[in-house]
Amino acid sequence: MATIPETLAYEGQKKRTLVDMNWDPITRIVGSLGIFTKIDFENREVAECYSTSSIFRGYSIFMKGKDPRDAHFITSRICGICGDNHATCAVYAQNMAFGVRPPALAEWIINLGEAAEYMFDHNIFQDNLVGVDFCEQMVKETNPGVWDKAQSTASPNADKHGYRTIADIMTSLNPFTGTFYRETLAMSRLTREMFCLMEGRHVHPSTLYPGGVGTVATIQLFTDYLVRLMKYVEFMKKVVPLHDDLFDFFYEALPGYEKVGLRRTLLACWGSYNDPDHCDYQYKNMDAWGKKMFVTPGIVVDGKLVTNNLVDINRNIRILLGSSYYEDWQGKETFVKKDPLGNPIDQNHPWNQTTTPRPQKRDFNGNYTWVMSPRWYDERTGDHLALDTGGGPIARLWSTALSGLVDINYVKATGHSVKINLPKTALLPEVEFEWKIPQWSNAIERDRARTYFQAYAAATALHFVEKALSELHAGRTATWSEFKVPDEAIGCGFHEAVRGVLSHHVVIRDGKIANYHPYPPTPWNANPRDIYGTPGPYEDAVQNTPIFEENGPDKFKGIDIMRAVRSFDPCLPCGVHMYVGDGRTIEVKHSPMFGAAGHE
Amino acid sequence: MAEKASTLTKAPAVSDIHIVWITAGLGCDGDSVSITAAEQPSIEDVLLGAIPGLPKVHLHNPVLAYENGADFLKFYYDAEKGLLDPFVLVVEGSIPNEKIKEEGYWAAVGTNPETGQPITTCEWIDRLAPKALAVIGAGTCATYGGIHAMAGNPTGCMGLADYLGWDWRSKAGLPIVNVPGCPVQPDNFMETVLYLLYQVAGLAPMIPLDKQLRPTWLFGKTVHEGCDRGSYYEQGDFAQNYGSSKCLVKLGCWGPVVDCNVTKRGWMRGIGGCPNVGGICIGCTMPGFPDKFMPFMDEPPGGTLSSTIIGTYGRMIRTLRGITNTTLNKEPKWRHSRPELTTGYHPTTY
Repeated sequence: MATIPETLAYEGQKKRTLVDMNWDPITRIVGSLGIFTKIDFENREVAECYSTSSIFRGYSIFMKGKDPRDAHFITSRICGICGDNHATCAVYAQNMAFGVRPPALAEWIINLGEAAEYMFDHNIFQDNLVGVDFCEQMVKETNPGVWDKAQSTASPNADKHGYRTIADIMTSLNPFTGTFYRETLAMSRLTREMFCLMEGRHVHPSTLYPGGVGTVATIQLFTDYLVRLMKYVEFMKKVVPLHDDLFDFFYEALPGYEKVGLRRTLLACWGSYNDPDHCDYQYKNMDAWGKKMFVTPGIVVDGKLVTNNLVDINRNIRILLGSSYYEDWQGKETFVKKDPLGNPIDQNHPWNQTTTPRPQKRDFNGNYTWVMSPRWYDERTGDHLALDTGGGPIARLWSTALSGLVDINYVKATGHSVKINLPKTALLPEVEFEWKIPQWSNAIERDRARTYFQAYAAATALHFVEKALSELHAGRTATWSEFKVPDEAIGCGFHEAVRGVLSHHVVIRDGKIANYHPYPPTPWNANPRDIYGTPGPYEDAVQNTPIFEENGPDKFKGIDIMRAVRSFDPCLPCGVHMYVGDGRTIEVKHSPMFGAAGHE
Repeated sequence: MAEKASTLTKAPAVSDIHIVWITAGLGCDGDSVSITAAEQPSIEDVLLGAIPGLPKVHLHNPVLAYENGADFLKFYYDAEKGLLDPFVLVVEGSIPNEKIKEEGYWAAVGTNPETGQPITTCEWIDRLAPKALAVIGAGTCATYGGIHAMAGNPTGCMGLADYLGWDWRSKAGLPIVNVPGCPVQPDNFMETVLYLLYQVAGLAPMIPLDKQLRPTWLFGKTVHEGCDRGSYYEQGDFAQNYGSSKCLVKLGCWGPVVDCNVTKRGWMRGIGGCPNVGGICIGCTMPGFPDKFMPFMDEPPGGTLSSTIIGTYGRMIRTLRGITNTTLNKEPKWRHSRPELTTGYHPTTY
């Protein structure tokens, strides 16, 4: 990285020496992300940060005029690690627009596929990508003092996972040579096999359709899935305590580490796993069936649930410009003036967005990213909230816990926690994990929630297998319902991509796509300052990050910044652009993955 | 015996080789993710030296790399300077046309220290391709343009061979090697890498490629030729609804005219795939993808004719087979519990 010392005087502040530290690209995420910072090593803080990413593809543009039935095949290609989340979300939007309700069995199959995706993706990201930031090699290079302490710190849960000291855990995370690294890589294949059983192919599914799935539902299908699932359940009994030990150790070894990646709690979750007993895909009933999802939608501000009504969530989404390479669409067509319940729909809502790219030179004082700024309009205050997803799990668990609605055999939301019950497996007895609402929305808690959500996904999958088999045993084997594509319609889908909120909005005219805008999690997390000057979530997170790394400028790796950024699970195909102003302003922009959509 | 064994155990012609991977095309990184699913061979098999005869392999892929930022980008610069010889260049994502606009960029990675502007993906390809021993296009975006090159796209993007030229040869005389698929089938890609490593090590002849630059042993058959639902087609028995286990051609499957081995190989460990598990083939390995296959859920234009013709023949065959099948489902009449032997054997001792 280039290191160019420079002395700056800020008004009313003491002079300080800032060093340019740049990382471009940020690896071990999906997509091109560059981070440009100025670091004040004397005061051990990040003074400025620009994050930039550089890909535009144009989905919203080339989808215009295409057959609406093709939407899920096309939008799957937005993302190479959670493409199936897009395909699923697109199918939800198609189902609404086409007025079709798939057979229950199809919904259980999709839920099983999506559960496998969560199990796979969190697993590989946590322990093969994020885990490297916590591995022996990295800790030795960045914090030799922490490595020394790790060697003499016994793992509190050693009896559950087998690693005697924290240092042993770190060694097991070394890339390729570490035993746990290789074990998780192998497990990421088993879970992808489970995924392929339900959705055909990973990561772009072959068997999803509007109206249901093409998967042939047989006893063998669910047996093949269940046998693999139980191996993962047993694996979780080791993985959750292992991560608790590792993450608790960082709080202990580095007092103040809770400030790494810390930001105000502004979390968004759009809900996951439809319940076919309730979900009819009709917009007018969306509040009711949204609350029956097996991950409850919700917006959490300062620890309080603002709403868990999907209709309210939907109508208050706003897409803003401010620092992005696009033309404004205020004068352009308004596709949807009112939703089917009669609520007015804003011109900045995804249904009404028009994407017009304008490529230009990158200018950190002007426009510097292909990502737009998604916001949620809070009617109580008039604020456009820069919600984040915290990489997915922390928002899902927090929202589900507060609503207290999910209560199935294996999972119970209590109002302040989520209890996850894993049954007996080959070698281990029954285990209950409880994820409790944490004190902070920070890097460590985002990472910890990821591990708990892996167990949550496995637990829900057990429920879905039971429900699917009961359909099969009752002789209800159909997996697809017929439909007709209407000439004029609108639709929306709400889902949780692995790393957070995902929505697809479609407008159909003359039987073709007239407008289509997907909004995945990364644009929510990594966007730039909007037109009101509100910074995106990364800004807060990076701005509050102190430097704990022991290296000076010469060997600086930026590990604390890396842990803060990776805790959001930046999505591969999304570029991230981050701009951190003068020590107070941190702006991150992320170019979402796709093209068209807004980000992209 | 000893001599035969030495073919794979002798020292390779080169001791070390680097794989330099650019994911910064217009793509989704799905091909990098896909290769982590491969098991024949797996990425760790190759990197840890579990396969005999290979040089030591050093992988520089941004999704998996330990290094960050400049520490990572150094591999690109070193490759450009000839310090990583020999290396194989892998490109993922379609190549945008940066010439169609006045300024800015569609795809880039890294920053030019002189201008402060991003270094475009095209520039990296220009810098690295001439130095590479071989160039591989991973996935349909890099090979032929793919989804992002669909009609109406704003970036004018294309495949690697459209960009470098279909007759392009590496400095070692190799054509571009295309491994299409959206995403690439995990083992198809790793097996191709393995082949090229063997070729580099002097253990295999020139990789056999078809006109579209695909390995012939992977793409020499159609989806239909490998499909376990092909017999339904033969019997004129077509699925009318998704979720049926019959032949999907009337529901939009292009398998009979698409070159791909997914129905034979499955997706992982033989599990999953496309028409074999209920997913219509949308032609994702083909240069004509996606436009020539859209709308995906309509019956292919040629399907009506061919399925009508096969229908008459197939129904007859199916009926005849049904009769035979009924017969075969009955045991021969000499298996019974009566106090007599009717098998045709005539005992003389009892």
